[in-house]
Amino acid sequence: MEAFSWLQYDFMKYAFLAILIITPLFGLMGTMIVNRKMAFFSDALGHSALTGIAVGVVFGVSDTNFSMLVFAVVFALLLNQISSRVSASTDTVISVFSSCSIALGLAILSKGGNFSQYSSILVGDILSITREELLYLAVILAMTLLFWLLAFNKLLAVSLNRTLARSRHISAAWIENLFAVLTALIVMVSIKWVGILIINALLILPAAASGNISENIREYHFFSIIFSIFSGILGLLVSYFVNVATGPVIVILASILYFVTYGWGRRNNV
Amino acid sequence: MRKIIKPCGLHCIKINHLGVTLGKQEILKDINLHIHCGSLNAVIGRNGAGKSTLIRAILGDVPHTGNIEFKDREDGRIQRLKIGYVPQSMNVEKQTPVSVYDMIAAYQSNVPVFLMRGKKIRERILEHLKIFKADYLVDKQVCNLSGGELQRVLLSMALMDAPNLLLLDEPVSGIDQNGMELFYQTIYNLKEHYDLAMILISHDLDYVKKYADKVILIDQGIQKQGTAKEVFASPEFAQVFQYGKGEG
Repeated sequence: MEAFSWLQYDFMKYAFLAILIITPLFGLMGTMIVNRKMAFFSDALGHSALTGIAVGVVFGVSDTNFSMLVFAVVFALLLNQISSRVSASTDTVISVFSSCSIALGLAILSKGGNFSQYSSILVGDILSITREELLYLAVILAMTLLFWLLAFNKLLAVSLNRTLARSRHISAAWIENLFAVLTALIVMVSIKWVGILIINALLILPAAASGNISENIREYHFFSIIFSIFSGILGLLVSYFVNVATGPVIVILASILYFVTYGWGRRNNV
Repeated sequence: MRKIIKPCGLHCIKINHLGVTLGKQEILKDINLHIHCGSLNAVIGRNGAGKSTLIRAILGDVPHTGNIEFKDREDGRIQRLKIGYVPQSMNVEKQTPVSVYDMIAAYQSNVPVFLMRGKKIRERILEHLKIFKADYLVDKQVCNLSGGELQRVLLSMALMDAPNLLLLDEPVSGIDQNGMELFYQTIYNLKEHYDLAMILISHDLDYVKKYADKVILIDQGIQKQGTAKEVFASPEFAQVFQYGKGEG
């Protein structure tokens, strides 16, 4: 059939599978990133990918994916610590660290005029994903699901009121750090396919759109995941037939969903 | 509806030499309190006197020195103290898709709220919301509740653990005069019909005068404690509140 002709290519098959894994993952994770007002935090994490690669290059690490992952986890924990201690607003603190880290990354990677070999990470390329890399994504999806099943209630409790959560013997620091580390892992594992410039949009938009029309946590998750998968698959197909980069098309579709749900929510007073 | 228990008057909670130091700043020092079950104890003081820190220390949310004992007055047997807490507000902004069920279940249950609705926990929540005539709110979004409605929901949630000690941060925003009167009447009823002691941080001295059994004036340490009459007539009270009556 003509409509499914794209499936005859391996790279499209893998990209399709990758989207089937990444989008529900982002839809799920995005709900709490939006609820906890961490949009800026995940954005900063995305930017730290460059620094992670740079650190790897400086220390001569053969696999810069590894240094990127480690750096992001450390960066996430550090940001968490500092924003809970420093009295300046969290926005400012994150901004300072984010700018500093991206500048450092850019400076190191551009040494000798070689930055162009890293520029693919800015936009990402989902069509270049391999079978093995799909496996990493599946593992991280499984980890996230497990965390959600076991700790989601606690995470919500901590987000709603820290002191109240503590009074019920929920360790706020543990839960918050675990969530930050998980966010870091997800962003890093998928950044090569999605790209630094738009990864945050994919995390935030489906959840934000879902928040426009949802009245409780179950609806919120349901719509967020549906919106994410829908814009992911449609985005891949459109980009294939129109021949433009996949990531931006997905983001455009997710943005349209946001505006439509915003209007719908306003009209129906959700 | 939960069975109503008369306060036995036989338990007491003792707070011994409680102190809190954050960084280099000593926020509370040598707080000694004796709280009886069935009593409403109001903590008053100026802004920054350490009222909220006292509550957070009792809850174990900030590290503190000293200890808290829960004893049977007759035989001195020490029991495990269960503490309920009613915060002033929740972190919910407009449009946050969290319902009253979601909020309470998140604290009270392990059934993942994003996945399904637990039948048992829902019934338990409804049962407790009914005590404060708030069961009709169960599916409403928390961000759309009025200040008074939210307080009733939070009180119901705090009672689900059958606490021996209830800590309350009096609401300051989103509640009108009528709502405030209702809030105080509700906790007064609670005191009459449940076997628990209450510590309330209060910002409104008129209500304290009317409802509290014991008033505790703090400013780092305890400046004065006793009945409302005794405390309000004391020179310490005059000193703390000389710049404006009713200031929290």
